[in-house]
Amino acid sequence: MARKLLLEHINVPGINTLEVYRQKGGYRAVEKALKTLTPDDVVEEVKKSGLRGRGGAGFPTGMKWSFLAKPEGVPRYLVCNADESEPGTFKDRFLMTHIPHALIEGMIVSSYALGANTSYIYVRGEMMPQIRILERAIEEAKATGFLGKNILGTGYNLELYVQPGGGAYICGEETALLESLEGKRGNPRIKPPFPAIAGLYGCPTVVNNVESIAATVPIINDGGDEYAKIGIGRSTGTKLISASGNLVKPGVYEIELGLPVEEFIYSDEYCGGIANGKRLKATVAGGSSVPILPANLTLKYANGEPRLMSYESLAEGGFATGTMLGSGGFIAFDEDQCIVRNTWNFSRFYHHESCGQCSPCREGTGWLEKILYKLEFGHGTMDDIDLLWDVQRKIEGNTICPLGDAAAWPVASAIRHFRDEFEWHVKEPMKSQSTNYGLANYAKPIEKAPEEVKSQN
Amino acid sequence: MLKVEETQPVTFSSALLAKFDEIVKRYPEGRQKSALLPLLHLVQAEYGWTSVPAMDKVAEYLNIQPIEVYEVASFYTMYFLAPKGKYVLEVCRTGPCCLVGAEKIMAHIEQKLGVKEGEVTPDGLFSWRGVECLAACGFGPVLQIGPEYTFYENLTEQSVNQLIDDLRKK
Repeated sequence: MARKLLLEHINVPGINTLEVYRQKGGYRAVEKALKTLTPDDVVEEVKKSGLRGRGGAGFPTGMKWSFLAKPEGVPRYLVCNADESEPGTFKDRFLMTHIPHALIEGMIVSSYALGANTSYIYVRGEMMPQIRILERAIEEAKATGFLGKNILGTGYNLELYVQPGGGAYICGEETALLESLEGKRGNPRIKPPFPAIAGLYGCPTVVNNVESIAATVPIINDGGDEYAKIGIGRSTGTKLISASGNLVKPGVYEIELGLPVEEFIYSDEYCGGIANGKRLKATVAGGSSVPILPANLTLKYANGEPRLMSYESLAEGGFATGTMLGSGGFIAFDEDQCIVRNTWNFSRFYHHESCGQCSPCREGTGWLEKILYKLEFGHGTMDDIDLLWDVQRKIEGNTICPLGDAAAWPVASAIRHFRDEFEWHVKEPMKSQSTNYGLANYAKPIEKAPEEVKSQN
Repeated sequence: MLKVEETQPVTFSSALLAKFDEIVKRYPEGRQKSALLPLLHLVQAEYGWTSVPAMDKVAEYLNIQPIEVYEVASFYTMYFLAPKGKYVLEVCRTGPCCLVGAEKIMAHIEQKLGVKEGEVTPDGLFSWRGVECLAACGFGPVLQIGPEYTFYENLTEQSVNQLIDDLRKK
C-alpha cells in the first residue's frame, strides 16, 4: 500500500470532529509550529518539502510564500482557494467534507508562517454543506484554543472565516478570487502587482489551494526532508487525484507522485479499470483545461516508455504528445464516447464561465462553442475544423488570465489527436447522429512532433 | 436579466439583520462590501430570489450604490434575478457527468416536471436548470437543491422520481 498523508484516517468514524481528529494525531503540527518553530522555520520546511501548488499551476508553495512582502504596520492575509470548479476535479470538496480539520490545521500553521492574523477560506457558493462543516470545525477549534487570541499561550492571534462565492469558475483564478472576496465581480486583475505585494484590500496576500494548505500539516509533523523523499524528482509528496468518467471505481485517491498511469487506471487499489468491460479511448489527466490524450499516449510516451503520474512525466513530449497534471482531475473516456461532443461540452463550459473582460476569450469561446455545435450536430464542413484551430490559436496567450488558454487547449488537443473523428462528423453527418466513431484509429505513437504541430505551439 | 418591474418594497426581519451584522464583523473597518456575496445568499434563502427592492436594501445596509449590488448579482450564477420554483433542481451538465448520463437525467426531469429548463411548474413548486460543474464528477450524475444546496449523487431515473415525489409530499 502506498503512503497516505492526507486521507490516512478517512474511514475512521467521527474523523470530522475535532476530538477524533486529535486522537489520530491531529493538531500536532499546530503545537509543534507555534511552540517550537519560528514563522521563517515553517516557511523553510515547506521550501525543503518541494511542495508544489496543488490547484493546477504547480508553482512551489514555499517559494510563493517567500515572495510575500512584509512592510511594517500593514496586515498580511492568507486566503485559501476552495473555489473548486475545474470539471473533473472534486478532491477539495471530498477533503473538506470528510476531514475539515486537516484544512483548519493547515490554515493555522500556514497563517502563522506568513504572519497573517486574519485568514479567509473562500469556498464556492454551491458548497453550502461544506461551508457549514467548516464553520462547525472552526467553532470547535476556537473552543479548544487553536484559534482566536493568544493561541496555546504563544501570543499568536488568528481569526479564520469562511467566505461563500456566488457560482463562478473564474473565481478560482487568484486575483478574481480576491476581487470576489472584496464583494465585486470576479474579474481577474492585471499582474503585476502580484497578490504577494498587493492582494486582498491592497495588502500582501498569499492564495493557496485547499490541498496545498492541508499538505503543510504532514510537512511540519515529519519535516520537509521526509516529505521530499516521497514522490519522484521534483514532484514530491502525495497528490489527491479525482478520478471520474467511465471507470469501475471513480472517486478520490491519494497517490504517491510517480505512480505509473497504467497502474492507476487498471489496478484494483485505484480505479479498477474501465467500466462495463470496455476499452479506454482517451483521458484528460488534470482537469478539463489540460490537453486530452488518446489511450496509447496516456499510458506511454511517444517513445514507448511508461508514463507516470507526476508533473514532469505527464508533461513529457510537450503539447505534441503530452499533457499536464493540473489539478489532478483524471477523466477517463471509454470507446463509446464522442470526442467532438465532449469538446463541444467543454467549450460551452468555458463560454459560460468567461468573465467577459478580454475580447479574445469572451468572443472566442463563443465561436468555439458554436463551431463545435455545428460539427457535433452534423452541419460542419472541413473548413470549420481549420477555423476552430484558428480561433483557439487566437485566444491562447492573449488574455489577462489563463481561462483563455484553458479554453483553447482542450480544443487544440482534440483536433491534434482526433482529427479523423472530426472529419468523420463532416463526411458522415447522418451516421454521426446515431452512432459514435468508436475507438478511433488514433495516430500511432509518434517519435517526435511533426514540424507543423511543433511550430503551432 | 434584471427585472425592473415594480415589486413590493422589502423590509428585512430583525433576525435577518442580526445575521447581516454578524457577517460584516468578519472584515476590516471600511471593507463591509466584502459581505455582499454572503448577504445576497441570505436574502435569496429568505425570499427565494434577489429582487431589485431587496438588492436596494442590501446596498443601503452596506452603504454602497445599488449598481454595485446589481452588477454582482448578475455576474454570479447562483443569484436568481427572477422568481423560481420553491425547489430548483440544478443538474450538472458538464463533461464528466455527461459521460455517465447527465443528459438523460435532464431529459427525464424535463419530462417528469413537464416544464422546460428555467420555467416554473404551475403549482410553483419546481424549476430545473443545467448548471456547470458541481465538483462531484466521480459521483455523477449529480444535482443540487438550494437554499441548503443538498447534493444528490449517482442519479438514476428512479432516484429522481423518488426525490421529486418526496419533495411534493413535503
